Amino acid sequence: MDSKANLPAETSTKSISGAEIVIRCLNEEKVKFVFGYPGGAVLHIYDAIYKQNGFKHILVRHEQAAVHAADAFSRATGEVGVALVTSGPGATNAITGIATAYMDSIPLVVISGQVPVPAIGMDAFQEVDMVGITRPCVKHNFLVKDVKDIASTMKKAFYIARTGRPGPVVVDIPKDITAHLTDFAYPKTVEMRSYSPVVKGHSGQIKKAVKMLLEAKRPMIYTGGGLVLGDGAEELIKLARALNYPVTNTLMGLGGFPATDKQFVGMLGMHGTYEANMAMQNCDVLLAVGARFDDRVIGNPAHFGGVKRTIIHIDVDPSSISKRVKVDVPIVGHVQSVLAEMNEILAQEKPQTNISDWWKQIGEWRLVHGGRYEQSSTIIKPQYVIEKLWEVTKGDAYVTSDVGQHQMWAAQYYKFDKPRRWINSGGLGTMGVGLPYAMGCQFADKNAQVACVTGEGSIQMNIQELSTCAQYHLPIKVILLNNRYLGMVRQWQEFFYEDRYSESYMDSLPDFVKLAESYGHIGMQITQPSDVEGALIEAFAKKDKFVFMDFITEQKENVFPMVENGKGLSEMELPKAKGAKQ
Amino acid sequence: MKHIISLLMENEAGALSRVAGLFSARGYNIESLTVAITEDPTLSRMTLVTTGSEDVIEQIIKQLNKLIDVVKVLDLNDGKHIERELMLVKVKASGVFKDEMKRMCDIFRGRIIDVADNSYTIELTGSCSKLDAFIEAIDKTAILETVRTGASGIGRGDRILKV
Repeated sequence: MDSKANLPAETSTKSISGAEIVIRCLNEEKVKFVFGYPGGAVLHIYDAIYKQNGFKHILVRHEQAAVHAADAFSRATGEVGVALVTSGPGATNAITGIATAYMDSIPLVVISGQVPVPAIGMDAFQEVDMVGITRPCVKHNFLVKDVKDIASTMKKAFYIARTGRPGPVVVDIPKDITAHLTDFAYPKTVEMRSYSPVVKGHSGQIKKAVKMLLEAKRPMIYTGGGLVLGDGAEELIKLARALNYPVTNTLMGLGGFPATDKQFVGMLGMHGTYEANMAMQNCDVLLAVGARFDDRVIGNPAHFGGVKRTIIHIDVDPSSISKRVKVDVPIVGHVQSVLAEMNEILAQEKPQTNISDWWKQIGEWRLVHGGRYEQSSTIIKPQYVIEKLWEVTKGDAYVTSDVGQHQMWAAQYYKFDKPRRWINSGGLGTMGVGLPYAMGCQFADKNAQVACVTGEGSIQMNIQELSTCAQYHLPIKVILLNNRYLGMVRQWQEFFYEDRYSESYMDSLPDFVKLAESYGHIGMQITQPSDVEGALIEAFAKKDKFVFMDFITEQKENVFPMVENGKGLSEMELPKAKGAKQ
Repeated sequence: MKHIISLLMENEAGALSRVAGLFSARGYNIESLTVAITEDPTLSRMTLVTTGSEDVIEQIIKQLNKLIDVVKVLDLNDGKHIERELMLVKVKASGVFKDEMKRMCDIFRGRIIDVADNSYTIELTGSCSKLDAFIEAIDKTAILETVRTGASGIGRGDRILKV
């Protein structure tokens, strides 16, 4: 995080090594941080890194964390994240990170070392077929077999990663190629006959969509991660306000519409609010923006499809449209561009929508308070911690989470008013992302408040990164909701396996306070509800310190509402009403 | 329903495995798949025979288009088209089979391309169903070996798949 970043790249064109070319390409792309871990196959590249000052290299403690951190940096900034790993085990360690980014459409360029070209296929030391092993979890990948191809390949990699539906791109570079010499010239543009992502939506379809929206009696706007990634939040707010229609966000889409806005009905889906799920199920016109109707969002597709409604779907990826749900008005295009065009039409039409009956109905659903919890004076409720976290950080922190109950409570109780503030693994559901995600966010914005909401199961999956946080003095605040259970596993076992808690209990936990202290961090353990707020204020006041907060919480708290697997979206399980179906 | 899908893709290492991997990862059927270079050495052309509901075929086309190496995709079933497959069949050609095999080969307009003491190798081209029909028509016990290329397809008349 020092000021080495952004120095202008040298402009000489004398022959340089492949390794130096890699560095120059990264400089041309204005990369600020490369998250990585050295090893045999990338030694030439690391030597070139030693001699450069165009970007800052961040040394992680495990390659998985390098990719997660690069991923979070991208989620927070919108820029392409970059990770660098060695061949073989370095490459395979990166896979979980790559797959996580792929599922959430995060633009990354992952550079992996490879054994020298003559050794490929010889079962060489630390050899793995990286292009083969990553094929199902990348947007595209390359094996560079000629030093002359490095620059054009890197240019393509960044272009493919950030355009269209974004995604991770792997560039696998054999060690000998990084030693070979050639002239360097970075291409100014990319021409690929096989790849030309659509930007502008079809005008006729857009007009039709606006007409349908204006005729709606029970409209609903449903937005996902695509709205956040496509920087369409501003246009969406404009649209939603002009129409005064209710808005829901998916888990990936939180922050796409201000959570404190009265038009916001909360997150939808398996653990969505009662009002969001009921409105989604019962609306007559649905505008879906950068969302993909996945199984955690609409529940059983047959149940969802059993109600007649008109669906308008805006997405940059045609294959996301009519994949799980038949769509009436498909609009393939960049969400920002399509929404802007809709807003232009609306500005001319000056719509007078009146859906007061629908708002009245939604108001009644809101009164159900499907996510309510009972406060306790003796044991800390996890939801309460998140509520206080939101208050103490004034709703303005980057909040990363791991995967499980704590993730759902963070999503439900932290009201995200801005996009790119809620950083979590929605698609792949990768436990262990929380801490490296917080690192990526802190590098993205060194003065920001960054909170990592986690569980004692998840945090231990990348706990080694406490060391990285110490090395780079990252003032992250870890909010550990410690219930001594793999909470979501336990909840499912309670609901569906008659309380048989098979292997879901976390035994032999470390003393997290001492563990944090051993890295030079501050550790705090909080056991009393009355201490929660004070502890959070104290921790966030330490602006330059990493604070690990171990909240000992209610062990068997459940996440509500809950749409069980295979159930319809409106068939929610509510708190204290298990078995009483809506 | 059976669909014949034609695609042009960059003639690059690994392009074929991207298509094959897509089909296995998403659980789509492949009945046959043929691929070879075109008159433009930078392009390969593939013919894929698959089955699925209209929704599945729509997804297959979209997913194929999404692959970075794929330049163009055409569902030949959207219009008139021709399909041809090559089959080589080695059959017993001794005793009662000798004349029988020659006759069947002529009826199906095949050619005997290798003659050995006790066997013929017959070359047959045609639609997949014609090749199936030949196998059905001859005595099963006479078949020693078969090899089929899988279908190649092309649109009729002005339907052209080109960059």
